[in-house]
Amino acid sequence: MSTTVATEVPGRRFGRKSRRTGVTLPLIAPAVVILLIWSIIPLVMTLWYSFQHYNLVDPTQTGFAGFDNYQYLLTDPDFWSSLINTLLLLGGVLIITICGGTLLAVLYDQEFVGRGVARLFVIAPFFVMPTVAALVWKNLMLHPIYGVVSNLLRGIGIAPVDWFSQVPLLTVIGIVSWEWLPFAVLILLTAVQSLDHEQREAARMDGAGPIASFFYITLPHLRRAIGVVVMIEMIFLLTIFAEIFVTTSGGPGVATTNLAFLIYARALLQFDVGGGSAGGVIAIILANIVAFFLVRSFARNLEV
Amino acid sequence: MRPSIAKKIAIAGLGWGIAIIMFFPIFWMFITGFKTEVDAVSTPPHLFFHPTLQSYVEVQQRANYWLFALNSVIISVGGTVLALLLAIPAAYVMAFFPTHRTRGTLLWMLSTKMLPPVGVLIPIYLILRAVGLLDTRTGLVLIYMLMNLPIVVWMLFTFFKEVPREILEAGRMDGAGRMGELRHVLMPLSLPGIASTGLLSLILCWNEAFWSLNLTSSKAAPLTAFIASFSSPEGLFFAKLSAASTLAVAPILIFGWLSQRQLVRGLTFGAVK
Amino acid sequence: MHLNACGMVALVLAAAAPALADTTLTIATVNNGDMVVMQHLSPEFERTHPGIHLNWVVLEENVLRQRVTTDIATRAGQFDIMTIGNYEVPIWSKQNWLHPITPAASYDVDDLIKPVRQGLTYKGHLYALPFYAESAMTYYRTDLFKKAGITMPDAPTYKQIRDYADKVTDPSHQIYGMCLRGKPGWGENVAYFTSLLNTFGGQWFDMSWHPALDSKPWHAAVDYYDGILKADGPPGATSNGFNENLALFASGHCGMWIDSTVASGLLYDKKQSQVSDTVGFAPIPKGPYGRGPTWLWSWNLAIPASSKQIDAAESFVTWATSKEYIALVAKQNGWVAVPPGTRSSTYANALYQKAAPFAAFVEKAIETADPNGQTASPRPYHGAQFVDIPQFQAIGTQVGQTLAGTLSGQQSVDVALHSAQASTTRTMRQSGYLK
Repeated sequence: MSTTVATEVPGRRFGRKSRRTGVTLPLIAPAVVILLIWSIIPLVMTLWYSFQHYNLVDPTQTGFAGFDNYQYLLTDPDFWSSLINTLLLLGGVLIITICGGTLLAVLYDQEFVGRGVARLFVIAPFFVMPTVAALVWKNLMLHPIYGVVSNLLRGIGIAPVDWFSQVPLLTVIGIVSWEWLPFAVLILLTAVQSLDHEQREAARMDGAGPIASFFYITLPHLRRAIGVVVMIEMIFLLTIFAEIFVTTSGGPGVATTNLAFLIYARALLQFDVGGGSAGGVIAIILANIVAFFLVRSFARNLEV
Repeated sequence: MRPSIAKKIAIAGLGWGIAIIMFFPIFWMFITGFKTEVDAVSTPPHLFFHPTLQSYVEVQQRANYWLFALNSVIISVGGTVLALLLAIPAAYVMAFFPTHRTRGTLLWMLSTKMLPPVGVLIPIYLILRAVGLLDTRTGLVLIYMLMNLPIVVWMLFTFFKEVPREILEAGRMDGAGRMGELRHVLMPLSLPGIASTGLLSLILCWNEAFWSLNLTSSKAAPLTAFIASFSSPEGLFFAKLSAASTLAVAPILIFGWLSQRQLVRGLTFGAVK
Repeated sequence: MHLNACGMVALVLAAAAPALADTTLTIATVNNGDMVVMQHLSPEFERTHPGIHLNWVVLEENVLRQRVTTDIATRAGQFDIMTIGNYEVPIWSKQNWLHPITPAASYDVDDLIKPVRQGLTYKGHLYALPFYAESAMTYYRTDLFKKAGITMPDAPTYKQIRDYADKVTDPSHQIYGMCLRGKPGWGENVAYFTSLLNTFGGQWFDMSWHPALDSKPWHAAVDYYDGILKADGPPGATSNGFNENLALFASGHCGMWIDSTVASGLLYDKKQSQVSDTVGFAPIPKGPYGRGPTWLWSWNLAIPASSKQIDAAESFVTWATSKEYIALVAKQNGWVAVPPGTRSSTYANALYQKAAPFAAFVEKAIETADPNGQTASPRPYHGAQFVDIPQFQAIGTQVGQTLAGTLSGQQSVDVALHSAQASTTRTMRQSGYLK
């Protein structure tokens, strides 16, 4: 089909650069140019400030700082643990949302009574503000004394768990997963619904069971959608802040301090713009490293 | 081969069970808005109680909900529409006329998103102050548009790539130019994808609680500032916060539910074939 | 040009008009109950001061602090009046960010309680006016104490408190003898801990700004704090701040609670507390050192120097902190609801004393808070439950995290204090206090 088109309409061929740049540059230019300006100006300013002593409330700190701000953050004894926590948070939520999202997408693709309403319920958590979600979970759900979960546990005879003290990181991962699972379900459900039913029927006729069908037909089809979910979640999960701030304030100790919170606690709390900017640069570098590894695993997503 | 009754019941049970578990905290927040402050933190928590509208009354007395809601709507819709306007052509080009630089551009776009807002607050604040856009809806719309552009481009790119080239070529055979191709062939086909991208951007703008708190004061403050006015004062606040959150979440929740039917209909190129 | 009488009057009015022209004041304030009342009463102000409109920005404390600090430091001028604490006032007035306020004689500046007023005075001028002030005291359940056969003395010591807590604790009925702040934060657990530290003979920095976190009083104070909370504290202590403990006490789970005096009104209010008839009040306990600054915090109204409406702003801040305002609140909401801790006349008022039986405790606590006093060893900073340097927010929060770590058993006290000492020294060096 495509070859016929190409030969019958001379001059209109794909991939000829000269033809393409003339027509397509105006289409792509505005977005990229604006994005370039937006990303370069703050980036440059952040880089600039990161090499200065600049404290908003303490004007006695001025002057060129060289690498002082970087050194201050990188030699912080909690720096490496914050990196590990960041990656643990990212990995934990990704695993829960991708696995859970895929399974739930398959589940909610099936017909059952009231499916529409059930779907709405599952998607609802994504609409709630993270601050509110964290407050609700911390105080109304998980509080060891007056939380719903604790009272349920007490009702069946189990001593309530002090979630934020005994398993702080896991609890934060749980809360963030609750917030992001709906997003994964939404995207993956959209993709599952686009799966060709004929293909599935054909596989079933050939005797493939539901599990084989899942692994060999559904999953490959979802690859690109999973890639989207991973990339987008990664952007947000690397800078989780509100949930930590509201529940544990990075503690106990530094059990739930990730890089974003560390930057906040060491630099921004004292309005140290220099330190905060250095932290921002470090965060970008970390994000790019993580992106590099994730992209390699999901390279097909970028098939161009 | 119809699934057995047992299987149907199992699926329905699982589907509903998970849905209820996921929704429960929101439901609880909703009913807490109708409790008194003392009741909200009672042990054991009450499922049945005497409802009161006191919290809603106090919430509306203190802050004009409608002003905040209007700001939220304008800012979120504005930021989303602007982002889509810029992103659709860009994603179109990247999806159908790729070059060796496309991949790099996409990754660059995404990496700009990874700059944590905390690191860049002061420079942006100073810039906005210099151009007089502090505490204006325009300023926030611009910031939000820029914030979401990478994600919107990325998602549209992914959805556009699902559209088979044959369809576009069919359109081209009928004599449509590039713009025509974009508007009359591609967009109707990928409407669900555009819709879900738009919805995602809308939700992200609606819940964004860093720029909206730091770049506004009174005139352009959206619902996130409304919430920040009820969280963590000195004293019991859960009933009021729940009421305020219900008010803040309700518009976007209802809108999301209404449009969700559009989204999950899925990409329809099956029908086009 | 012929100016008749009407013309003259018109001219005069026109000349006076700019002062009375429609101005809008943007006020940033915290979302505490007393400020919400102030917001509700703004029609009253607008009625008596025609031409001035009030625009309110009400936010939670952390967000507010970030917002107004960014604004005032960049001179963006978004706000005409800011609500700030006695932590910010000295730091900001040193930078000339605030406009000095000279109230009229009728304002009766001498009526302001001395320690509160001192905290807002820099080089002889007032740079903010206090809206309400708080110290700390001990709350306890009179019924639980009666059941255990204990009487709360007039001046309890921390040793006695530990004894009482042990007697009153009953986990099987979810009653915990001692509720204290455990949530990490310079204004949360560190605020309480600093007052504990002071009365144990400790301090944050010595005269040459070396941190003293590894000293004996620090060890003693942390041991006491961990000890009592582990034995008699509620579960979830490390994420309990003021509000969580208030909820716990108000719903009957705490035997005792040492915290801010603002809780007294809340615990006494039937609508907010289930234990309103069984709450008793006592002064904040004393430790081995027996003296030292205890606790003083005031929320104050200040005018940024960059404001373009200084006169109107001054008229508001003097109105909102005046005796007339207090009487107004009393008329609308009763004497128990007036902003506490700022004026001696409030506490001398018989009606107030009757409506708020805890008033005498609060007044005494504020008067003896001694925020500028000395600790066991001399100290180069001021502040009762905080240190008045800009870096304290970061240092305090970091040490607060470490404290929470010892409470949850993640770290031993020795290791924790050692690392806290090291990190505080780092920060002090980074900010130039230590060479």
